[in-house]
Amino acid sequence: MPESQKSDGKKIKVLLVDDEIHFVEVLFKRLSKRNIDVTKTFSGTEGIQALRQVDFDVAVLDLKMEDMDGLEVLKIFKKMYPMIEVIILTGHESEQTAQEGLQYGAFAYLTKPCDFDQLFDTIIKAASD
Amino acid sequence: MVEESRSKKPFSKTFTRNMVLIVIVVSFVPMLLVSGMILHQYSISYNEKLYAYLKEVVYRHAQNIDTFLNERLYNLQFLLDSCKDEVLLDESVLQERLFQLQQKYEGEFEDLGVINENGVQIAYAGRFSLEKAEYADAKWFQEAFEKPYYISDVFLGLRSKPHFIVAVKTFHQGSYYLLRSTINFEIFNSLAENLRIGKTGFAFILNRDGKFQTKPHYDMLPSNKSYMDFIKAGKKEKHGIYIGEIEGSSGFNQAIYLAALLKNEDWILVYQQEKKEAFSDLIRTQIVAAVILLLGALLIVIMNSLLFHKVINHMTIVDREKEMMNRQIIETGKLASVGRLAAGTAHEINNPVAIMVQEAGWVADLLEEEEFQNGKNLEEIQRALKQIGNQGKRCKEITHKLLSFARTSDTPMQDLQINEIIKEVVAISDKASYTGISINTDLDENIPVIYGSQTEIQQVLLNLMNNALYALEKDGGKIDISTRLTDRYVLVIVEDDGPGIPEANLDRIFDPFFTTKPVGEGNGLGLYICYGILQRMGGSINVHSTVDLGTRFEVRFPLQKPAALKPDDRPA
Repeated sequence: MPESQKSDGKKIKVLLVDDEIHFVEVLFKRLSKRNIDVTKTFSGTEGIQALRQVDFDVAVLDLKMEDMDGLEVLKIFKKMYPMIEVIILTGHESEQTAQEGLQYGAFAYLTKPCDFDQLFDTIIKAASD
Repeated sequence: MVEESRSKKPFSKTFTRNMVLIVIVVSFVPMLLVSGMILHQYSISYNEKLYAYLKEVVYRHAQNIDTFLNERLYNLQFLLDSCKDEVLLDESVLQERLFQLQQKYEGEFEDLGVINENGVQIAYAGRFSLEKAEYADAKWFQEAFEKPYYISDVFLGLRSKPHFIVAVKTFHQGSYYLLRSTINFEIFNSLAENLRIGKTGFAFILNRDGKFQTKPHYDMLPSNKSYMDFIKAGKKEKHGIYIGEIEGSSGFNQAIYLAALLKNEDWILVYQQEKKEAFSDLIRTQIVAAVILLLGALLIVIMNSLLFHKVINHMTIVDREKEMMNRQIIETGKLASVGRLAAGTAHEINNPVAIMVQEAGWVADLLEEEEFQNGKNLEEIQRALKQIGNQGKRCKEITHKLLSFARTSDTPMQDLQINEIIKEVVAISDKASYTGISINTDLDENIPVIYGSQTEIQQVLLNLMNNALYALEKDGGKIDISTRLTDRYVLVIVEDDGPGIPEANLDRIFDPFFTTKPVGEGNGLGLYICYGILQRMGGSINVHSTVDLGTRFEVRFPLQKPAALKPDDRPA
């Protein structure tokens, strides 16, 4: 198991935002097993509500959700809590959205299906910055 | 996009023939009308001129002959008036007078004689020794005695030679006498004979009974009688000239006639000429006109046919180009919609694949717990999970390629020398060292740089190269790569002499997932991606292929930067 703690020894707090329920569930299980504090949300609005209560270190954000566009959610996240690092993880790979995402302050742009280790490493990196 | 052999022509033979006919008719009718009218007018005026001329000639001749005859009568009358007694009674005076007349009129007067009431020639001067000849029974004598002046018809008479007589009646010492003279027939004959025009135009004189008064030439009508009938039936013109025509018959050509009455309508002067000759100038003109018309017509027909063939050929080419363009538009539309569908599908597939891969990963995570460490199938399960992960990655590769059709390039756009890229690609392919395959390049060193993405253009050329190599893999062959500059494009031709592409497949080779390679070897996206790249650049890619002869890909890279693409052109 790789190191999954922040420099202060606290658990990394990760927010999952994706309307693919099964995907969120399995990621929740795998990340939790690696000692990460994961919160599941299944839409943009749920994600925003969750961020109101907890200051997450990292958010893993899907781009195409039924209620909101992922990029909008990203902008709102960054406004609400500028310290948060957002990793975009989408099945709709597109150069344009990738560029826009990075422009709005996303930490990384990953595409589904994504290697879990890559995702995990990215989360660790994002949290340690 | 794909050129097929086309059997049907857009313009049928009937259409061409009808068009040619219409144009010919349209150009002929005015030509024929104008030339026909001119010719008609010309023949009318020529006719008038010719007849006017002939009428004048015949009229003058008739007058001449009348004058000639009258003069002879005046001569005799003058003779009587000047020395009636001596002439009538003294033969020596008659002799002297005859000599004087012959001197003056060049032998027109053959002899002179005086005949009494009983028809006995009482005095005679001349070379025929007709002294005391009896004329009492001669028809001319009886007729002459009834009139003061008399000119006989031509007859053979006592001497059995054609001649005619002029006679003047006079009263002397209680009884009537006739002073008569025989007129030289040859001289009189020459009056009519002198009227000769051309080869067949000649004149002769007939009496009322249709008997010749002069020696006619040739080509006479079978019966002299019909002349009179015919002439009387003819049109009467000014100066009492009759004009007529006689249809030709065997051994006799169509002829025209002009006739004038002479000698108080006793005689008739007939001028005859073959129509062919009389109108020879007109006929020549007609022939020349006909030849010119014919040549003109021929020229029109030839020019027409040539022109029409040119036009039809041009139209056929235009039509074919239009059809090609239509096909291209249809093809483009098809690919665009297929592309959108493929891209959409690719996106949707990514999510379930991601879940599957993560679930497999989760199982792998769980397997690491101690309770499973001793399971006897642990290794097998781990291998299966790994395989799921690998296949997930493969799915991702496929969707990634599919999406790259729509994706703009990752590498920056820049000016590129296409020949350099081709050399690189050929170098890479050569390293593969396929046996029995030779790669030849014929690169135009003068082509300018094009603007594009290096990786994209490399990808296009590599794809074409790989396809060609694959086609030749079995039997070997050669690949020719050439570059050329056309008006708006840099043309790259990749040609192989492999087995070719069956026509049924030609329409589909640019479709995504269309491949003839065995399952697992190709994903059928190579040409689809090439097509997408060129579409975005504003270029084109075409294929020409014949089974057993080979395949030629023509790729056109635009010389100018493409205008900004509309968002609609991109698959989602």
